[in-house]
Amino acid sequence: MYTTELKDKNQKSAALSVADEDPEKLAAFEARVAADDFIEPKDWMPEAYRKTLIRQISQHAHSEIVGMLPEGNWITRAPNLRRKAILLAKVQDEGGHGLYLYAAAETLGISREEMIEALHSGRAKYSTIFNYPTLTWADIGAIGWLVDGAAIMNQVPLQRTSYGPYARAMVRICKEESFHQRQGYEIMCVLAAGTPEQKRMAQDALNRWWWPSLMMFGPPDDKSPNTAQSVRWRIKRETNDELRQKFVDVTVPQAEAIGLRVPDPALKWDEARGAYDFGDINWEEFYAVVRGEGATAKERIQARTSAWEDGAWVREAAATHASKRAMRLAAE
Amino acid sequence: MSKASSSEAVGPTNSSWPLWEVFVRAKNGLAHKHVGSVHAADERMAIEAARDVYTRRMEGVSLWVVPSSAIVASDPKETTELFEPAADKVYRHPTFYTIPEGVKNI
Repeated sequence: MYTTELKDKNQKSAALSVADEDPEKLAAFEARVAADDFIEPKDWMPEAYRKTLIRQISQHAHSEIVGMLPEGNWITRAPNLRRKAILLAKVQDEGGHGLYLYAAAETLGISREEMIEALHSGRAKYSTIFNYPTLTWADIGAIGWLVDGAAIMNQVPLQRTSYGPYARAMVRICKEESFHQRQGYEIMCVLAAGTPEQKRMAQDALNRWWWPSLMMFGPPDDKSPNTAQSVRWRIKRETNDELRQKFVDVTVPQAEAIGLRVPDPALKWDEARGAYDFGDINWEEFYAVVRGEGATAKERIQARTSAWEDGAWVREAAATHASKRAMRLAAE
Repeated sequence: MSKASSSEAVGPTNSSWPLWEVFVRAKNGLAHKHVGSVHAADERMAIEAARDVYTRRMEGVSLWVVPSSAIVASDPKETTELFEPAADKVYRHPTFYTIPEGVKNI
């Protein structure tokens, strides 16, 4: 799962300034990045680079963790044992992805506690996609196929992102992610080939998840003030619109192959461009969801915080056990 | 040389559980390789967390966990003085030497 860098529409900061940086160090840094060299934790980096990465990686981590909720919701209701085992494995993967990413963000000087606190207090953003409810089993198929599909599209170029620990986390994540997409598409295939009612379920899930999936790529390039700097610093390798177009182009034939219709009347193959034209995205809805106005936004954070609070006794017990053992060992 | 919290982590350490660096041996005959890190209260928990996080797909047959605080890393500022001298000693590579054509097994 993935989030592109999110911001409230009203948030101004745009590209962070590099005005206070030592020009010589900055030039050397930019030359390294331009030559596709990786930046490692102890290397000099502009504050704006550090801050942008902390924001992007932690949002990405939060998305993996919150992303466990809409799917976890269906583990007990999976239609058979095979699907249940698969879904459990997928949700566990998402937890692992969150951990790889938190660890990468920690190398930039932010602690795990700070990030978790930011998520639970509602200050940190996570992918808007998880603020939509999973109403039927077909939604689990649509999430794997579309949401993880969009994630892969975003994440593949991030394996070459300029920050070493982030790039390494992405290599592991991409390796694991492709099963997520295939299992989701398989669910859709089975439903689309099933009874008329099952096919309707699959179509309904596609109808509801299509546009939110396109929004996962973030605002259009002309409304994405950070993009230019992030591309120059190789934090991002491709722009939001480029990736969105790629996603549409590969996904539309997949829908057609199983007899489902993409819910966009403006969708049309453009022979000259060699790409699909598609309809306008409702960005007002996107920003409302980013601001946390989604139907399930509150529920997600509540589920997260109660999981954290309910687990407090385990963390305390583990810490007490460790310190008692350390004392015993010291006394021997 | 500087004592760093880790080769990877330089920031403030986790206030509750220490950070551990995780190394996985993919199969016998290969060396353990660094794969990432976990937070854990003690070494047993670190092994179990590393097993869950880094070996879900048969990635390994053995794990090492090392407290990140125990790792001493070289300083990037010393990169030039430490590693550059090797660049002008190409005679350490076999390709540096010219051998008459037709001579074999050398």
